Amino acid sequence: MIALRHRVMKGDFTLDVDVEIPDTGVTGVFGESGSGKTTLLRCVAGLEGGGGLPVHKRNVGYVFQQPTLFRHLDVRGNIDFGARRARSQRIDQSQVLEMLGLGDLLGRYPDSLSGGEAQRVAIAAALMRSPDLVLMDEPLASLDRKRKDELLPYFDRLHDELSVPVVYVSHDIDEISRLCDHLVLLDDGKVIADGSLFDVLARIDIPLLAGRNAGVVLWAVPVDHEDGLTRFDIADGDIWVPGRFDVGGNPLRLRIGASDVSITRSRPEQSTILNVLRANIEELRKVDEATALVRLGVGNQDLLAQVTNRSIARLELKPGDRVFAQVKSVTVRR
Amino acid sequence: MSLYGPLWLSAQLAFVTTVILLLLGAPLAWWLAHTKTRAKPIVQAIVAMPIVLPPTVLGFYLLILLGPRGAVGGWWVSLTGNALTFSFTGLVIASCIYSLPFAVQPMQNAFEAVPRQTLERAWTLGATRLDAFFSVAVPLSVRGFISAAVLAFAHTLGEFGVVLMVGGNIPGETRMVSIAIYDHVETLNYGAAHQLSLVLLAFAFIVLLAMFALNQRWRRV
Repeated sequence: MIALRHRVMKGDFTLDVDVEIPDTGVTGVFGESGSGKTTLLRCVAGLEGGGGLPVHKRNVGYVFQQPTLFRHLDVRGNIDFGARRARSQRIDQSQVLEMLGLGDLLGRYPDSLSGGEAQRVAIAAALMRSPDLVLMDEPLASLDRKRKDELLPYFDRLHDELSVPVVYVSHDIDEISRLCDHLVLLDDGKVIADGSLFDVLARIDIPLLAGRNAGVVLWAVPVDHEDGLTRFDIADGDIWVPGRFDVGGNPLRLRIGASDVSITRSRPEQSTILNVLRANIEELRKVDEATALVRLGVGNQDLLAQVTNRSIARLELKPGDRVFAQVKSVTVRR
Repeated sequence: MSLYGPLWLSAQLAFVTTVILLLLGAPLAWWLAHTKTRAKPIVQAIVAMPIVLPPTVLGFYLLILLGPRGAVGGWWVSLTGNALTFSFTGLVIASCIYSLPFAVQPMQNAFEAVPRQTLERAWTLGATRLDAFFSVAVPLSVRGFISAAVLAFAHTLGEFGVVLMVGGNIPGETRMVSIAIYDHVETLNYGAAHQLSLVLLAFAFIVLLAMFALNQRWRRV
């Protein structure tokens, strides 16, 4: 485990964090803007002052929101900058170049790179230091949708192939759901929850995770194809998703937003919704005057449903009830 | 003394002054670009004074300061046995003060244009502050350094009032080109005045042309 212990005051904002994160995989730090996510990363890197080791002695890689490459150096020079100053050469340089697809860019200068290319170079430069920890501050936030989609597969590869732990800051729950294994929630400078991504996302007692952000990630194995759909096997049923995903491989992440799940007492026979799962109501919580979140047990995984309080009253839903969850839409994350 | 002697002497003075100003001005410019002290406007005003101060006023105070009874001049005499006033060394010191803002301001502007995040990236990549200054800030500020060198050199080359007050008119020591031109005009030797003036005119134009052309090309890169 890596301990992050930081306390810093900026004007009337106080960051007060004391949390342990795993020393493998990607830890997401999620919060609204102004919650102190960037300040936390800057503290870890030593960029906020406040004593401790000077920045250049902390062996962390930092990927900024804007790539800000060194304009006077070509891509090769930018990447070598960190490598030449690294204290160890644990990282396999050619693997990093290959992983980030930089082979063809080495002779180019930063001003001729697209935002996505520049960000890949910035990531490579940070990795070449052979850091003990990589800090990423919303590395996709400065890119448009198209560039983001181009860059995300590289992050998937980093996630799968890199042995260095990563702290990934974002205010986009979809990015977090896709890339992270562990999650720290930050609100007004304080950690309000932390744990495995799946566990934290399944909590309904956290206002930060209500509304648009409410939803879970399930692990599911694609088992076969039919009518242009792929069938995913989850413990207690099937989920059909449009598109063809490789069958027989590793489990994939399915992101299911709480607003895409509805609850019925009996199995709907005539509905356009394909995915109907047997579920147990485990917990209900009122979000506001109109709506509530319901945590459903589906096999050994959790599903969240966002429903109205009126529906709960009408169907007399309570913990322990056996119901059916209708899942309207599913996004496959790798 | 040949016709072009004063020109050569002025070029030497301008060269030495420029080198000193780049070396001493760069740290000052860096400090001004990054300091958060409330004294910054005061320092800036002092550095910029030579731009607005009449050269004779600056020269007058420098004459007193550098003179054998002055604070700096007296110390120099006790150290070396020579006076600073009416000497080449004295003129170098005077020129450094006279041309200071022309060297510091372009460098300061260039340093301020280097994004803080670029420096922070260099630090996180393992560079010390000094390393980041030389390997990132200086290369990114090349244009500022060139502007500073050109302006300091050209400004020193043409100085008149300060040179006259502090240096006088000693051939081979302090007789600079602008004073030589003035002398030629006084003695109605327009031919010699024309030759020297033309050289300075052409020099000023070519240097500025080169600087602006270079700037334009770099902007396109």
